[in-house]
Amino acid sequence: MKRQIPMLILSAVGTLLVVSVFIPSARHWQEDASLYFDIIAVFAFFLGGGNLIRVHAEKVSRKSAGWIYSVVTLLGFGIMLVTGLFKIGNPNGIAGDISQAGSYFQLLFQYVMSPLNSTMYALLAFYVASASYRAFRAKNTEATILLVAAFVILLGRTALGVLLTNWIPAQFSVLQVPNLAIWIMNAPNLAGQRAIMIGISLGVISMSLRLLLGIERSYLGGDN
Amino acid sequence: MGLIISAVVIGGGLLWMLYLSIKGQDVDRRIVYVFVGATVALAIIFRLEFGEVATPIVKSVFDKIENLPAGSKIVLSYDFDPAMAPEVNPMANAFIRHILEKKHRLYFMSLWATGQSLLSVSLNDVLKPEFPDAKYGVDYCNLGYKAGNEGVLNVVITNFRKMFPSDANGNSLDSLPMFKDVESLKDMDLLISVGGGKPGVKEWILFAGDPGKVAMAGGSAAVSAPLLYPYWPRQLIGLLGGTKGAAEYEAELIKTYPRFKDKSMPALRMMGPQTMAHVVIIAFIVIGNVAYFRSRKKGGQL
Repeated sequence: MKRQIPMLILSAVGTLLVVSVFIPSARHWQEDASLYFDIIAVFAFFLGGGNLIRVHAEKVSRKSAGWIYSVVTLLGFGIMLVTGLFKIGNPNGIAGDISQAGSYFQLLFQYVMSPLNSTMYALLAFYVASASYRAFRAKNTEATILLVAAFVILLGRTALGVLLTNWIPAQFSVLQVPNLAIWIMNAPNLAGQRAIMIGISLGVISMSLRLLLGIERSYLGGDN
Repeated sequence: MGLIISAVVIGGGLLWMLYLSIKGQDVDRRIVYVFVGATVALAIIFRLEFGEVATPIVKSVFDKIENLPAGSKIVLSYDFDPAMAPEVNPMANAFIRHILEKKHRLYFMSLWATGQSLLSVSLNDVLKPEFPDAKYGVDYCNLGYKAGNEGVLNVVITNFRKMFPSDANGNSLDSLPMFKDVESLKDMDLLISVGGGKPGVKEWILFAGDPGKVAMAGGSAAVSAPLLYPYWPRQLIGLLGGTKGAAEYEAELIKTYPRFKDKSMPALRMMGPQTMAHVVIIAFIVIGNVAYFRSRKKGGQL
């Protein structure tokens, strides 16, 4: 019963939404389903927040490795939650926009969270540079093609690409590095992306059918 | 002068690395990190800038906004987080400047929770100081963030008020003059999503632009831009890819409206460090392969 009821709900809702695409008078079912999803998503926020507190509080109480980072996480979560929930310092009070200039939530977001987040992302440049030196090798034909394409795209995305090849006459402009980069994006990349998208779409269709027919049950947890 | 000093320092360092690699010595990864850091720092210190010209994929977005009649309705969605912001926020700010300069009506919203706060920064740093005459509710409005990802688009494509009964400040949509003739996204003249993750430009195309038959443009982080090429130019009229795309748009904006020349144009400034970093990465690839082929010739393993 624990498995059959969720399967029944999924099949019924899924079938109704598929049918609604083909019946104009039933189109609003999709909107309603999206609104219900929106309401359910709110509960997911509670679950996510609760889970975060539970996991990190356990780590702190057991003094597991790196527990001090969990304290920072819990403090950060608590401070952002309180300042956002009660809109502390918000010029327009509790009814105003949460991200109003001057509110403590916005100040924390702008001057703590944003720089930290951007810094983490920027660190990628160092790893990419290190990987390009150590791992990007022309070991076989496929790797060489990838290497040449990356080379052209990287050059084509800089002013250096223009400087190096702008002497090429207009009738051969396709050989200028920036134009070659555009060609790579528009032809081989496009073909590859389309093939991947078509493959994914076919996969989604078959997986949806499996779900609707009750063949796919992995979402229920367990082995089958 | 700055360019010469940078070229000497970076070129010298690269030659030294090439020498070490040819000799078969391994270059420590920390040296690579220091080298990248120094390259970017030099470009920032000497304010290296390179001229940008809009490519067709960027120019088509610019031309679309430029050629719409004044008063056209444009949605700008902030679908990104602070990690992506340095790359895509300049695009959003350039769009704000261009749209309001052309006297279009601008509807802000966000499918990302973090988008609302980033949008607030743009409103306070760009829109309000540079367009003091723009009136809230008449020239622009902020619908804020709504949870539900593509589900939100699925609803607003037929009914705005069902998903957004009020704007981010709690005002009813009916109280805003710019919403008088707006029922859904289908009433818009152009949709622009700026992002790089999910939901982002792709979801906007699939759930709003394409089914609603509304012109759609996008701005995306460089890493996800290649995924959007299959939609251009039919379902997506144009795309700004990464800092380069943003810089091209800023260059076009300055060329057409010189009054923006003295405004903050971060993408154009960022192209200097990015160009230098790209050159260094290209050099690393070459040096790494020279070392690889040399070791292979000697029968070694690298």
